[in-house]
Amino acid sequence: MVANIRWILVRRRVSTGVRHLIALAGALAMVLPLLWMISASLQTMEQVVRYPPAWIPNPFAWENYPTALTFLPFGLYFRNTLYVTAVVIVGDLISNVLAAYGFSRYRFPAKDLLFAVLLSTLMMPGIVRLIPTYLLFNQLHWINTFAPLMVPSFFGSPFYLFLLRQFFLGIPDDLTDAARIDGCSELGILWRVVLPLAKPALATVAIFSFQASWNDFMGPMIFLTDERLRTVALGLHSFQGLPYMSALYNQLMAASTVMVLPVLLVFALFQRHFVQGVTLTGIRG
Amino acid sequence: MLGMMRLVTPRQGGNRSLERREALYGFLFIAPALLGMLIFNLGPIIAALFISFTRYSILTTPKWTGVANYQKAFSESLVSLSFANTAYYTVISVPLGIGLAFAVALLLNRIKGAYIYRTAFYVPAVVPSVASAVIWLVMLNPNIGLVNYFISLFGIKGPGWLISPDWATPGLILMSLWGIGTGMVLYLAGLQGVPEHLYEAAEIDGASPLRRFWAITVPMMTPTLFFHLVLGLIASFQVFNAPFIMTKGGPVKSTYFVSLLIYDNAFRYFKMGYASAIAWILFVLVLVLTIIVLKTSSSWVYYESGTRGRF
Repeated sequence: MVANIRWILVRRRVSTGVRHLIALAGALAMVLPLLWMISASLQTMEQVVRYPPAWIPNPFAWENYPTALTFLPFGLYFRNTLYVTAVVIVGDLISNVLAAYGFSRYRFPAKDLLFAVLLSTLMMPGIVRLIPTYLLFNQLHWINTFAPLMVPSFFGSPFYLFLLRQFFLGIPDDLTDAARIDGCSELGILWRVVLPLAKPALATVAIFSFQASWNDFMGPMIFLTDERLRTVALGLHSFQGLPYMSALYNQLMAASTVMVLPVLLVFALFQRHFVQGVTLTGIRG
Repeated sequence: MLGMMRLVTPRQGGNRSLERREALYGFLFIAPALLGMLIFNLGPIIAALFISFTRYSILTTPKWTGVANYQKAFSESLVSLSFANTAYYTVISVPLGIGLAFAVALLLNRIKGAYIYRTAFYVPAVVPSVASAVIWLVMLNPNIGLVNYFISLFGIKGPGWLISPDWATPGLILMSLWGIGTGMVLYLAGLQGVPEHLYEAAEIDGASPLRRFWAITVPMMTPTLFFHLVLGLIASFQVFNAPFIMTKGGPVKSTYFVSLLIYDNAFRYFKMGYASAIAWILFVLVLVLTIIVLKTSSSWVYYESGTRGRF
């Protein structure tokens, strides 16, 4: 009996150990490409092509960064991206907060149907919309301006709408009713009662919105051809497309690192919100 | 009954103006989102259908050509090739991605330090797609890339990946698995929601761990699996950034996916009508697939009483 229990305990400990070993190996495999990106960004080209691959730069080729970032005007690309991203975050927040509030707090005809139709657009392949949207922006003379990237964010996005509505539904009606009896206006209730309680959801939307806008490639590529309007994503793509790039892998990795770092930083600071957003809605933006 | 209704009517009249005001406010709040749906979503999809029946190069006015674009699409071999390539990519990458994400979630569920592992598995999912394309371009380099280096540790010579017609799509699939973190978080959340008492009851009844997995964990997770499958299919049929940046559809069109075909026709050859027709064929295909998955879901997706999916 005693031997039996000991056997079970040993087996359990071994299986836990094996689980940790597999998890560790998997986790390492996942972060290795990022670690290598950073390492290669600091290596000389001589070291990058050496076999087996080196992990610690020797010597540290810090000059890769200034060389890569001035080869193409990445400073300008950063300013463009920051501008577009900031406006998109504001637009996403305003339009989706309003719509989510409307859907969670008011009764009106065809409400459920409208919400279902809005959500179903999430399931429609975006590529089908691409050509008419391009033609529309072309008609408006918006090609080669940031408007095609920014304006749609002021007209709602089903994913963020869904996320915020889920959250608003969890705020008790009593609170808003009480404010209404106290003579608070409808927008006042939203601003003073609902939004302060919804800060985590707002943060989640802002973070996803930042990430989506920062990472967007297809939009800028189709709507912007002027080199001075390039975003970082476009800049990195054209940098990669330069001839002889295979001789500049270290600089390519330096430019990639600079594009990835802000996202990683936001992720490190707000990891909780990323996870919450994914679990609350089941989708990523 | 009638008397009661009469009694109630006057009050209802008072309520009706309130109701009307409430509806007005509701519509005002959702107006921007509704407009957005019409202008940027449903409108363009309908417009694409119209454009697909025309010849249109932006510079000239659209000319109605009936089903000519569709006839051309169904007869051109590049179109069927791109659909076949996309199907190949989807059939492998979607189940593999779901399986791996689920396996990792099971591995990390209730393990000490799960938080740290979870972070490591999720981090690649937030990396911008252009950056991951650039990183994997080097990772999959047959000579200096890490992938072939690790394969060589087992004494095997790695394939040519993106420069080999047979290995380019597997290379892209391998890269797509780097992004399983989102699915993993989804499954981890789902696993937390499986009530502990079910496992306890099964254990008392003498069910083996394997039996508990198939009889409790899997059925309880089917709504999440189903959800992931639908969204995974839709995303996979439109995969664009990675092939566009890394292989440009090559070598020898082996990674020429439908999204690249649509892009080339629309924005390189300015055949807006033809590109719209292909886009609509893709749309119908994805729609039919989604409906098939939805229809079959009742036989394999388990919903607890009262809960019905996420939507």
